[in-house]
Amino acid sequence: MSIRSEEKARTSQIERDETAAAAGAAAKMRRPSKLDGSKTTESSRRSRIIVTAILAVLGIYFLVPVYYVVVAATKTTADLFSTNGFLFANMNLIENLQLVFTFNGGIFIRWFMNSILYAGVGAVIATYLAAAGGFALAKYSFRGSNIVFGTILGGVLVPGTATALPLFLLFSSMGIANTYWAVLIPSLVSPFGLFLCRIYAKASVDDSVIESARLDGASEMRIFHTLGLRAMTPALVTVFLFQLVGIWNNFFLPLIMLADENLYPITLGLNNWRSQVDRLPEFYQLTTGGVLVSIIPLIVAMIVLQKFWRGGLTDGAVKG
Amino acid sequence: MSTTTMRTGAGTRPARRTSTLKRSQTIAPWVMLAPFLAVFALTFLIPIVYAVGQSLTTVRRQGLFGEDGVETVFAGFGNYVLAFTNDSFLASIGRMLLFGIVQVPVMIIMATVLALMLESASAKWPQFFRAAYFVPYGVPGVIATILWGFLYIPGLSPIIDIGRLVGLELDFLGPTTVLWSIANIVTWTYTGYNMLIIIAQLKSIPGDIYEAARIDGAGAWRIARSIQLPLIRPALVLASVFSIIGTLQLFAEPQVLAASSPSIDSEYTPNLSAYTAAFAYNDYGVAAAQAVIIALAAFILSFAFLGLVNRKPQEERMALRQRKAALRAFRAGTTTTSTTTGTTTRQGSDS
Repeated sequence: MSIRSEEKARTSQIERDETAAAAGAAAKMRRPSKLDGSKTTESSRRSRIIVTAILAVLGIYFLVPVYYVVVAATKTTADLFSTNGFLFANMNLIENLQLVFTFNGGIFIRWFMNSILYAGVGAVIATYLAAAGGFALAKYSFRGSNIVFGTILGGVLVPGTATALPLFLLFSSMGIANTYWAVLIPSLVSPFGLFLCRIYAKASVDDSVIESARLDGASEMRIFHTLGLRAMTPALVTVFLFQLVGIWNNFFLPLIMLADENLYPITLGLNNWRSQVDRLPEFYQLTTGGVLVSIIPLIVAMIVLQKFWRGGLTDGAVKG
Repeated sequence: MSTTTMRTGAGTRPARRTSTLKRSQTIAPWVMLAPFLAVFALTFLIPIVYAVGQSLTTVRRQGLFGEDGVETVFAGFGNYVLAFTNDSFLASIGRMLLFGIVQVPVMIIMATVLALMLESASAKWPQFFRAAYFVPYGVPGVIATILWGFLYIPGLSPIIDIGRLVGLELDFLGPTTVLWSIANIVTWTYTGYNMLIIIAQLKSIPGDIYEAARIDGAGAWRIARSIQLPLIRPALVLASVFSIIGTLQLFAEPQVLAASSPSIDSEYTPNLSAYTAAFAYNDYGVAAAQAVIIALAAFILSFAFLGLVNRKPQEERMALRQRKAALRAFRAGTTTTSTTTGTTTRQGSDS
């Protein structure tokens, strides 16, 4: 008992620092009672109108580019230049989308599948590796754990683009530049994910439960796979989503690594189309149509994801 | 009173450790860490070491056109000197500092205000707005730039058309404005994400604190200023550090926008500069040196920022100084101060 409290006191400082990162991850959710909810006076109604007006104006700011591309995707290149960008003109959406999906033997679909492959596979494996590492660092005290953790923490601060260039030189010498592996392998590791998993494992996996599982004869790997992963699920959802978005949105790494158009993710592919509009104006239709198609799943994902961010991150309570 | 229990606890500790620490428990953590560490070493440690090594070498061509082969020779800090005497590279660093000083605070303040408004009772349809603000985070930087690019290009942009109607000649891609057009894209993309981090932290504030404040007669403003802002500080610090690192890495936005704006050259940001050095000039030594400089700058700026915000308040620093002075006196052998040391230490660790 006293050992615990002593250790708690010692780790509380570290924990306090870590809560910063846990803000997005493992904060305990107690419903914030709405402020001034009971007052329905004149002034509160006025503040309600003002606040909602500000929120609406900013809502327009955040949604205008999306609205613009919805409109733009319905236009021919000629209409794009001759009509007002915020107003619909002749409906040409079906033709544009047909062009997007059939151009160059349907390469758009291939780019899309590539993105799903890079982001999906990368994020699943990265989450598993981060969970295993985070669990090990949180639940075992072993020699060298601090050095290992410190090094990984340093990795959080290293800009991804700073390692991309030497990584390309390294992968070239290994002969795996310009292959699927060149984008996939760097996506498998998430120092920030491990950091979150460690905080979460520390808070949500009970030592006494582990101890009793050991007494029941469970191996350490089994304990991690059954008890650990289950207790860490909310954190794993977060890490997975972080990594999924990170890989999907990455541009620098595939740009450096890939020369073969068939391996491009969607970001690189659309940029490729975009860069050709000056020579061939019909690429405007391809670009606007392609952008529209590519952001629809992202917008749906963000709206769903946003709930997870709220629920998943905060449900699995941290014990104080 | 707690000292005795603590001492016995510490005393029994080694005995308990040896009984429970089985061999499997010393191997298991390494087995779990191994795959992560293997990929981490391959994609972080080795490239960093490789980059540092590369940055210290240069390729020397034999013969007039390199027809007698090339050899790699040690160059010391030559590449760093080249990087630091390159005016465009220095200008790009200065540009990113200016960008960061303006864009990061604007974005963080905007995210904080949005979070506070959405969490207040005054907001209508908070779920809808939260989702709307978060949507841009899912749009990749490249695609966000293509989107905004359409809104910046004269002839395509309805915003420029509207500006003209009210007599404004808007130029989003000019030499002085394009940096802020890029800042706008970055702000658009990441404000909602930062807002969500802040909201998560706001939700972790226990309800009874709000209740207590309300009983004391605090209004919404007072609660925001005295309770919410201090308690979401960790989230703000975290968001700022990540934004600073992100600023130094800026690449996709200027690279894509360069096609429409002649004001963006191939060395507009440090990262663009390194990319150009590597792939346009094939000068991997200088490119590696620039990559190392970018990483170091990210480290230094992050820690400088953390140092700045984590600076202890005045009274705490006073207590620390007192404690140090007392310790020195104690070491000098003055027995009377030894008791004071004890109390000041406790005060120091409590606060």
